Amino acid sequence: MAQANPSIPLGGGVEEVKKKSKIDSNNTLVRVAKYTGLRIITLGITVIIGIYLTILIANMGGYVDEIRRAQIREDVGARVAGNPTMRNLPAEVKRQKIAEMVAIEEKRYGMDQPFITRSARYLGNAIQLNLGYALKMNSNSGSKLVRNILLERLPPTLLLFATADIILFFISLFFALALSRQYGSFFDKVLITLTPLSSAPGWFYGIFLILIFASMLKILPFGGMVDAPPPKTPFLYFLSLMKHMILPVLSLAISKIFIQVFSWRTFFLIYSSEDYVDMAKAKGLTSRDIERRYILRPTLPTIITSFALLIIGIWTGGPILETIFNWPGLGRTFYQAIGQFDTPVIIGEAVIFSYLLAATVFLLDIIYAIVDPRVKIGGESSSI
Amino acid sequence: MKSLKKNFQELLKYPSAVVGLILVLVLVAISIYAMVTIPYNEAIILWRGGEDQWYRNPKYALPKWVNYFRKDKLPESIALSTIDHPEYKTVETNEDGSAIITIEIPFEYNYEILPVDLMIRFTSNFQEKAPFISVSWIRPDGEKIRIKNLSISPKQDYRVSQDKDLQKKLGGNKIEVGLFTDYKNDPKTIEKGKYTLKIEGATFEKDSDFDAEFIAYGKVAGLGGTDHLRRDLIVALLWGAPIALAFGLLAAVGTTLTQMIIAALGTWFGGWVDILIQRITEINLVLPFLPILIMIGTFYSRSIWVILTAVIILNIFGTGIKTFRAVFMQTKETPYIEAARAYGASNTRIIFSYMVPRILPMLIPQFIILIPSYVFLEASLAVLGLGDPTLPTWGKVIDEARANGALFQGWYYWVIEPSILLMLTGLAFAMLGFSLDRIFNPRLREM
Repeated sequence: MAQANPSIPLGGGVEEVKKKSKIDSNNTLVRVAKYTGLRIITLGITVIIGIYLTILIANMGGYVDEIRRAQIREDVGARVAGNPTMRNLPAEVKRQKIAEMVAIEEKRYGMDQPFITRSARYLGNAIQLNLGYALKMNSNSGSKLVRNILLERLPPTLLLFATADIILFFISLFFALALSRQYGSFFDKVLITLTPLSSAPGWFYGIFLILIFASMLKILPFGGMVDAPPPKTPFLYFLSLMKHMILPVLSLAISKIFIQVFSWRTFFLIYSSEDYVDMAKAKGLTSRDIERRYILRPTLPTIITSFALLIIGIWTGGPILETIFNWPGLGRTFYQAIGQFDTPVIIGEAVIFSYLLAATVFLLDIIYAIVDPRVKIGGESSSI
Repeated sequence: MKSLKKNFQELLKYPSAVVGLILVLVLVAISIYAMVTIPYNEAIILWRGGEDQWYRNPKYALPKWVNYFRKDKLPESIALSTIDHPEYKTVETNEDGSAIITIEIPFEYNYEILPVDLMIRFTSNFQEKAPFISVSWIRPDGEKIRIKNLSISPKQDYRVSQDKDLQKKLGGNKIEVGLFTDYKNDPKTIEKGKYTLKIEGATFEKDSDFDAEFIAYGKVAGLGGTDHLRRDLIVALLWGAPIALAFGLLAAVGTTLTQMIIAALGTWFGGWVDILIQRITEINLVLPFLPILIMIGTFYSRSIWVILTAVIILNIFGTGIKTFRAVFMQTKETPYIEAARAYGASNTRIIFSYMVPRILPMLIPQFIILIPSYVFLEASLAVLGLGDPTLPTWGKVIDEARANGALFQGWYYWVIEPSILLMLTGLAFAMLGFSLDRIFNPRLREM
């Protein structure tokens, strides 16, 4: 993403701006690269603060310490069991030996140090998702490492939400443009009437959709990612995946699309009342050209900002949507971890969601920098 | 005051605002009704009380009102107890203190559909020798069927429908089929009319006594239907309203007020204060909001007040600050603020008396639009299994319905009722808020 495409036309439509932007476009790559670097640093700091906060909250009840202690005990126990000379010791001596070793290990891990140093250590581990072993859950491959569990569940989550986000973006854009063209028409009024529907989150519509399409009509699956057993050929697998994605994507779309179309249509209306649009009309340009170059182009940064907020909102509701649709991603794992009180996994989930949010903002920041020529390092409009 | 009235009149011009306002009023009315008719403590006892409170209800029964829309009426539950109806019971005491007790429970059955389950609950008191009883069933045509002879413990539920011996006696038919139809012929039609459950028993001690309660579980119960614990959902449906409204309102008030104050401070003092606030807002945006709430819910407390506090704290530096800041920036430059500065007004005075009132028209719609998102947040947490353990809320009803497979089994009422209430709450505030926004911020209305 960091490689900007210099051929993307920058600047508005007015001639002077166009000339200026031609000079600027050579610098686009440098500008975006600089900007990217800065954003990586600031977002990195943000993520670290987020993860540290997670640890603070988690450890207010001493949970992180407990996890660490449990891990040490397990490691020591395994080492003693694997050591032939120790294995044959009398039980009493062995227990004492284990206690000693645990004490040494705890010291080595800094368990006796004040919380501030300990938490710094945890922070380092958490950043690498190095959260030890899950208490009860394990990954499909059989691993009990929290990191393996989470990384295994990441792709389904990314697949579902990226698809939904992309579909949502283009459909909203299409309808927003179409409606801004016919302001005050019947469909415009319908849209305004429907906007309050967006106050309910995606999972809420998910329940209704399952009720209608899975339970009553029986034409779409209740949930899951593919049929069981999974189809053999890649093509059938893909079809099955598509079939399972219809309802979750649709429920997200219903919940977000109206407010999104409404606000984007309003942006378009604001921008289409600018003088240069009138000028373009006077010049006799086609409405398609006007729309693309004089309305859509300058609105894009605003649109991307509002889209970023939307995606952050979608992430927040993610765990519940996945739970409702039994989608084998991070969110459902979160739900299962809560149910089984698997603390390392719960903390790991919080950490990985920090990463996901930061990555989302970062990605959109870059797109923002590419489409908005005004973005400069430290510029006022740089933040989403 | 005058402008308020004018704004209100303008509000009435928007149909969606009127609908929203009416819905809000209905919800408030439901809340008041719930709190008056079922006081808080009683609601908690009803909701958490378990089987003893609700044993007269069938499981998974539809709400009673579905019968208004059906041609073939679904049977309601019949529960008749000798404690409530002493006239069913006749006692003949012998000289040695023992007694013959005859109980005849008559009832009418006029439905086309069989009941789901039959049960007799016996309560008795005795010192050593338990009463011995014999149960029989008299049909409208007078035919008598012996059901069972048994000696009863102090508290005993005899589940008629699960009696294998009786089933054999009735030609292998289901108990309800055997008892309510002329099962020997085909087709088996239900005999309508007056049935009698006759219990003849003997007690063997002085002051020994027993009572019986006959329950024929129907297919509809209560105003809200029943769940897996036989509870009438109406308790949760009614009480969900005040809880949802309180949570939504308090969270929205808490977050908008704190955000507004912080935005005002930032713009007024400017410089590093403003920059700091801006940066914290950006960090806050990327914080995983729901996971943090989930951690608080799992590790500390699921109490709705703890969650509410956490929601407000996590939202102090929410995205609203940016919107408020933009307006404050404009306000700061207006001449009347300059005038206030010139006569030496204090910072607090300028912020709270001059700047904050200016933002109210913007604040009120945004505040109302925020309410549904918090109502749904509470429901979301409940669906994740992190609802307040004591309170009956809509989200918890949905969660339990889902967990018990209501969607697979076709118990739609269980999901639809709380969902519709949630939806109405969301729509009510959203419709009102969007209309207010158009009235108070006419710049958008011109678009």
